[in-house]
Amino acid sequence: MSDVLPDRGPPGPLTTHDASLEARGPLLEVRGLRKFFPITRGFLQRTVGHVRAVDGVDFTVEEGETLGLVGESGCGKTTASRCILRAIDPTGGQILYRTRAGRVVDLANLPQAELLPLRAEIQMIFQDPFGSLNPRMTLLDNVGEPLLVNGMKNRRERADRVAELLRLVGLRPEFMHRFPHAFSGGQRQRIGIARALATNPRLVVADEPVSALDVSIQAQVLNLLLELQARLKLTFLFVAHDLSVVRHISDRIAVMYVGQLVELAPTDALFRQPQHPYTAALMRAVPAADPRVKSGDGILGGEVPSPADPPSGCYFHPRCRHAEARCKAEAPALREVAPGHFSRCHFAGERVF
Amino acid sequence: MTTLDLAGKEAEDRIAVASNWKLVWWRFRRHHLAVASAVLLIFMYLIVLAPDFFSTQDPERTDARQAFIPLQAVHLFDDGKLSPWVPAVVGKRNPTTLRMEWTADPTRKIAVHFFGTGYKWKLLGLFETDRHLIAPVDPNQRIFLLGSDRLGRDQWSRIMHGTQTSMTVGLVAVALSVVLGVVLGGISGYVGGKTDSFIQRLIELLQSVPTIPIWLALSAALPRDWTPTQIFFAITVILSLVGWTTLGREVRGRFLALREEDFVLAARLAGCSRLRIILRHMVPTFMSHIIATSSLAIPVMIINETSLSFLGLGIRPPAISWGVLLQEAQNIQTLALAPWLLIPGLVVIVAVLAFNLVGDGLRDAADPYSH
Amino acid sequence: MTAIDPLLSVRDLRVSFALDEGLVRAVDGTSFDVLSGQVLGVVGESGCGKSVTMRAILQLVERPGRITHGAIRFRRDDGIVDLAQLEPRGAAMREIRGGEIALIPQEPMAAFSPVHTVGEQIIEAILLHSHRWQAGRALSRREARDITVGLFRDVGISMPEQRVDAYSWQLSGGLRQRAMIAMALSCKPRLLIADEPTTAIDVTTQAQVLALLRDLQARYDTAIIFITHDLGVIAQMASYVVVMYLGRVMEEGPVDDIFHAPKHPYTQALLRSIPSLHGKTRVALPVISGALPHPFNRPTGCPFHPRCPDAMDRCSAAVPKPMPVAANQLASCFLHHDEAEP
Repeated sequence: MSDVLPDRGPPGPLTTHDASLEARGPLLEVRGLRKFFPITRGFLQRTVGHVRAVDGVDFTVEEGETLGLVGESGCGKTTASRCILRAIDPTGGQILYRTRAGRVVDLANLPQAELLPLRAEIQMIFQDPFGSLNPRMTLLDNVGEPLLVNGMKNRRERADRVAELLRLVGLRPEFMHRFPHAFSGGQRQRIGIARALATNPRLVVADEPVSALDVSIQAQVLNLLLELQARLKLTFLFVAHDLSVVRHISDRIAVMYVGQLVELAPTDALFRQPQHPYTAALMRAVPAADPRVKSGDGILGGEVPSPADPPSGCYFHPRCRHAEARCKAEAPALREVAPGHFSRCHFAGERVF
Repeated sequence: MTTLDLAGKEAEDRIAVASNWKLVWWRFRRHHLAVASAVLLIFMYLIVLAPDFFSTQDPERTDARQAFIPLQAVHLFDDGKLSPWVPAVVGKRNPTTLRMEWTADPTRKIAVHFFGTGYKWKLLGLFETDRHLIAPVDPNQRIFLLGSDRLGRDQWSRIMHGTQTSMTVGLVAVALSVVLGVVLGGISGYVGGKTDSFIQRLIELLQSVPTIPIWLALSAALPRDWTPTQIFFAITVILSLVGWTTLGREVRGRFLALREEDFVLAARLAGCSRLRIILRHMVPTFMSHIIATSSLAIPVMIINETSLSFLGLGIRPPAISWGVLLQEAQNIQTLALAPWLLIPGLVVIVAVLAFNLVGDGLRDAADPYSH
Repeated sequence: MTAIDPLLSVRDLRVSFALDEGLVRAVDGTSFDVLSGQVLGVVGESGCGKSVTMRAILQLVERPGRITHGAIRFRRDDGIVDLAQLEPRGAAMREIRGGEIALIPQEPMAAFSPVHTVGEQIIEAILLHSHRWQAGRALSRREARDITVGLFRDVGISMPEQRVDAYSWQLSGGLRQRAMIAMALSCKPRLLIADEPTTAIDVTTQAQVLALLRDLQARYDTAIIFITHDLGVIAQMASYVVVMYLGRVMEEGPVDDIFHAPKHPYTQALLRSIPSLHGKTRVALPVISGALPHPFNRPTGCPFHPRCPDAMDRCSAAVPKPMPVAANQLASCFLHHDEAEP
């Protein structure tokens, strides 16, 4: 296969399930991921510029962990996750994925034909529990579809597997002949999870899986995700805007701002001492669910800049209270300021934000 | 809202396992006017299948001595017994106008019976039979339920045959439009890019051409020596060539919207092929809308055919369609002397209304998820 | 409860929607008071009736919905009026709606017309309720415009003179919400109803808008009813909290008591189930079991009893009345008292 990278070891035989190969590297490694959308104008649809939705994102996801990807709307977190799923084609960069067979492939450049067999390994959980299930198909057909297209042609066999999956997510298997319209938002989200798990995926991209749910249902779904991860050794890329939810579920967290990764750290380290002023401001902005803790100090002024026309230097400098002349002139690079703690700030490690 | 006459747990279970088509049907059922119209349309399509069975006479049979006979109503009872008959008519030439004037002769009754025998015809062009819904007991008698025209042809039988032509033109033209609209609209919406632009410009071009002149031009271009069947198909194709554009637009819009739906993305991520996504996920989602739109398009086609034929540019005699029948009622003399020759117009109105009511009912029922 | 006359007093309000499938009792006997200058937080999940209650106060319940019972007493300069009895399209209601009671909706994009500048729309509103700014004489357009520019400045919109002439779609989400707040303030309301005003905007913008509302509330001393599903927002904004579930008030009390000494099992469970920025991570959160019932399948008795960990036999038979359980704190729960609704 042309996309096997020689520098990551020779491509193993397809059947290999060698522990030494698995120990070799992360499950997913994203390098310099970029996705630009052209801005067109006029009758002839001339391209006049680009929205730099994702503009150089690097991170790794280890097998069995949950990486939280957090940021405000328009920061590129959803676009980045869709690139990893190859729901959209990235403009540049590499998405190195270690397959079940132990080979490392670059999802960013994989042709459709070679991508198809990998679809079973990388699945997605959607935000909207109402839009993500086909309303015209029963649960059996909705949840069973990934099985069918991945070769399980026998309907009986499929029904057994769907029953097992429904039980796994806490739904009664008898429900499989019902249509999605018979279920509440929380139940539909469970159905969506069952579908994502149908093909025994290794990497699950969860795009705001609880933000459309009621408070009393959110906790149920978060618990389910944690339990499934432990039981099935899943790896999660958890995309969300709610900092407290991301904190609860993630081992490590990546913070995005205007298409760039600004900070990446283990959850505890990130919350103990954020190394980027934007992360710190984001934390301060979350209203504490305790009237005795007064939040609202150090509120970030201004607005998120447009990814079509980002500021010079550090994208955050116009809103940053630590900004100096250097920040306007010079774009900081993502660098490791403590073991496993990366920040895209000139002053990371020197100042407390 | 799904408005169903159901309550309680059992009903909840029934709704839970109800497919989209069932939900549509449950909702459509509540639309009494639409259901009644649907029944009427089904009856009309039965006529389409076998117009001769419903006819009392050969629609082509002329007899100048029996022109302009008024309606002859069927009476079911004779002296309190079930014995259907129609009153006979006698003609007397008016000495001043030299016109035949027909009056019912109450002393003479023409006995008729149901499922009697009459002229020979072929069911679907295959099985020869001489059975008719209503026939005079004496095969040599002629009855004119809806009167006769200037050539003494039986209007009732001619309307039956006109129904076959006009309703078929509507259905076939819409079916062709749907095929063209779904295929071209679908390609436009799914492929996008230059193909999309090209199809969109084509639709705009077709829509910007005034329809009446284009029909006039196309119909005038049809060779005079074509058989009625050839003309018939040519007219159908002409109607659908112009008619698909609206549907094409709609399908394209639906495709564009559906492409962004989460469940379509989910299917892609599950590894479904393009064809499966289109056939299994996208088409069923807007199929109910297409059916509703089509049932609203059929009456437009019927009106178009009628108008063309009325102008003498569509289906021409000896073929029979509602438009052809109306064409013969084109002069003021008819209005004054034989107003029953306008009955085909009434039939057109009833058919068009019925299609519109069914279409509206379907459209309302089509999306159980809209609320 | 308190010696001060409330500004707004809702008593046993019931709103139902007559749908083909049956009657949905969206609000089913809700009572609460709003005092002058108070920020009342109303918190609840979807279907709890918080938004319908607010629409009822403004007489904006759309058909087939109808206020079937109850009183909404609103204190005006010339005495107390029961809003539930007023004609929804009548002159009195129109005067109160947008004049004395203003609404900040969740989606400001929908609230502004796209074909008029935001300034024009606010100026119209000021001219319509012009006597609230200037007794005796109608304001001129010029004066109304000056007031609008002043309001824009007050709500923290930079370059207010220019922004007055912008269309809503030219403004960012945060600015649009600020303009909406300016619009709500344009008639000097006594009561501001903020219906999930920050749900559609990002967290850093939300922090700005919340700070602005706090600041304005202190400056104008307007009473605010703040509706949200976000417990964090409630904790930071409200001084008194009403917790609703399926059309009924489960518990109400001062914000500190609600968060630190909740009495109703629903409030307790709700508070436990949210992940915080300080708790233990990657452990199972305490959950409220079950799902929100379908509106047609309202449970009998206490609406929360099928999901309640402390449910007793009585809970399915009778509806508990809101009764005092501490100073200024009421709970509708048989764990704390025996009073049932008649």
